[in-house]
Amino acid sequence: MLFESLTSRLQETFQKLRGKGKVTEADVKEAMREVRLALLEADVSLDVVKDFIARVRERAVGQEVLKSLTPAQQVIKIVHDELTALMGGQAAKLELAPTPPTVILMVGLQGAGKTTTTGKLARYLQKQGKKPLLVAADVYRPAAIRQLQVLGEQIAAPVFTMGEGADPVDIAKAGVEHAKGERLDVVLIDTAGRLHVNEELMDELARIRDAVQPTEILLVVDAMTGQDAVNVARTFHERLGLTGVILTKLDGDTRGGAALSVRAVTGCPIKFAGMGEKLDALEPFHPDRMASRILGMGDVLTLIEKA
Amino acid sequence: AKTRASLAENVETLFRRAKAIDEDFFEELEEILIAADVGVKTALALVDELREAAAEQKIRDAAELKPLLVEKLVALMAEGQEGASLNLNPDGLTVILFVGVNGVGKTTTIGKLAHRLKQEGKKVLLAAGDTFRAGAIEQLEAWGRRVGVEVIRHQAGADPAAVIYDAIQAAKARGADVLLCDTAGRLQNKANLMEELKKIVRVIAREVPGAPQETLLVVDATTGQNALSQAKTFGEAAKVTGIVLTKLDGTAKGGIVLAIRRELGVPVKFVGLGEKPDDLVPFDAEPFVAGLFAG
Ligand SMILES: Nc1nc2c(ncn2[C@@H]2O[C@H](COP(=O)(O)OP(=O)(O)OP(=O)(O)O)[C@@H](O)[C@H]2O)c(=O)[nH]1
Ligand SMILES: Nc1nc2c(ncn2[C@@H]2O[C@H](COP(=O)(O)OP(=O)(O)OP(=O)(O)O)[C@@H](O)[C@H]2O)c(=O)[nH]1
Ligand SMILES: [Mg+2]
Ligand SMILES: [Mg+2]
Repeated sequence: MLFESLTSRLQETFQKLRGKGKVTEADVKEAMREVRLALLEADVSLDVVKDFIARVRERAVGQEVLKSLTPAQQVIKIVHDELTALMGGQAAKLELAPTPPTVILMVGLQGAGKTTTTGKLARYLQKQGKKPLLVAADVYRPAAIRQLQVLGEQIAAPVFTMGEGADPVDIAKAGVEHAKGERLDVVLIDTAGRLHVNEELMDELARIRDAVQPTEILLVVDAMTGQDAVNVARTFHERLGLTGVILTKLDGDTRGGAALSVRAVTGCPIKFAGMGEKLDALEPFHPDRMASRILGMGDVLTLIEKA
Repeated sequence: AKTRASLAENVETLFRRAKAIDEDFFEELEEILIAADVGVKTALALVDELREAAAEQKIRDAAELKPLLVEKLVALMAEGQEGASLNLNPDGLTVILFVGVNGVGKTTTIGKLAHRLKQEGKKVLLAAGDTFRAGAIEQLEAWGRRVGVEVIRHQAGADPAAVIYDAIQAAKARGADVLLCDTAGRLQNKANLMEELKKIVRVIAREVPGAPQETLLVVDATTGQNALSQAKTFGEAAKVTGIVLTKLDGTAKGGIVLAIRRELGVPVKFVGLGEKPDDLVPFDAEPFVAGLFAG
């Protein structure tokens, strides 16, 4: 880890105050500075950090910490609770349409992991006895269709393509029709990576959405994303009305503060975590574990028990 | 793109809003840097240095502090960098190795750089060293066709070091000037994948004395603080000589390269501004620094 964990820093902060006997509001303010630093170092967006700190400070000065004999642990507990709550508390599930096929639209920035995650979701659904169809609606990235076909082969899932010459909206529509004809349960539409500021391509996604009315519109977000996560998530949500988020590349050593940013600006649940390049490396997202990870402390649970 | 905006204009807005140099001013400056992904540590250090300079030179007006900050950041990013030029072997084969985490833009950058070098009259060859990711070889081949450059490849799943070895022999046989080697994306905490990369580097060094002349770490401008750890670990495994900062055509500022430059000294050589063959430009410190303060 690049940084000292928040736990030890908070303990240090409050250590200095021992002997004075009583924790004051000024002490809590000092502790909040440490929390702010930890969140920023974990790449939580600045605005999200500010709101979060304001909320935590309010709770902290509301007696809980001031009276405590273990103020560092109390602060950690409050921060951890609030983080977990903000990220959704419970693990969220994939929604399925009452009458099949369920349509799932995958969207996000370039290189975030959409195509790989499309393959992973198909695998996940197969394990639940579903029959997914992969639809290749990225006609821009060189060999994007080929990439999806290879993934389809790996898991023996059908892949629907109309080549690079077709319009993504038409491909999506035809893909859904194809699934109906073949009695496939779930249609996973892989789209090209695009910048949230690219009007033309964002409009294309809105047209795909209108044409196929997806049950889920999932934003795929790289866990290493920095401060820009809020801009990206906000714009995708405003334009499309997201239903969920998938965080990828969590098998790395990033703290993953983007999870908090994205959740805070969209209010959408984070549904899955990508944990590797292989197609079985998809896990349900656990808000409480993510909270510990963002704070850089694996030891948080034992600490809280003592508090 | 934000990076192309005029330097003077953007920094101007920050300093115009501020009247006096007080703690609020420094705090705002710090926040602007953090919001650009510069990182808390580097942002604090830079602001501290500026605060000291202001005290030393008895500067009270924000307008006077402006050129100081700009100079400082531009100097940090531009120092010892003449036009971000590539270290090319004047008489013989130049091998350039591309490394980085998943999805940052390695393969695309190779396509763009091949286009650029070809336009400069160089004979370029590409090595499809990513044998792992689905469709990676076909992606590089598509770029080869697009810019008119040959690709040396094996089958999917082959040993990447063997592909690179063959590509070097082909480059020698054909009298190529530059060989651009693609590698699979890998997260820096995967020890086995970093070992695989070291093996590739060893093969290149053994087959061509003095090579690789450049090992370019591709960094996605959208990345936060993890990019510093990427630069450290890839630097240790593969002696990174420069950075390509991609996806600066979005709203991300790419400020983390400031921390990388400050802590590790690695220069940024190119900037990616889109997905087309022409969307790769030599790094220029002035518009980059301007971009940090934009919007
Ligand atoms: N380590 C790791 N790599 C991942 C994960 N998810 C995706 N990747 C890798 O990230 C890279 C980009 O993944 P893609 O699925 O091609 O991303 P994309 O969003 O479809 O990219 P574009 O279509 O170009 O926008 C590939 O190298 C994937 O193998 C993950 O959870 N962990
Ligand atoms: N907007 C924008 N997109 C870019 C830029 N550079 C690359 N991309 C896109 O980013 C995505 C990933 O690029 P790749 O070249 O496949 O990345 P990579 O590092 O080779 O990925 P892996 O081999 O999977 O690790 C593709 O959709 C590219 O078109 C850039 O400068 N700007
Ligand atoms: Mg894709
Ligand atoms: Mg690649």
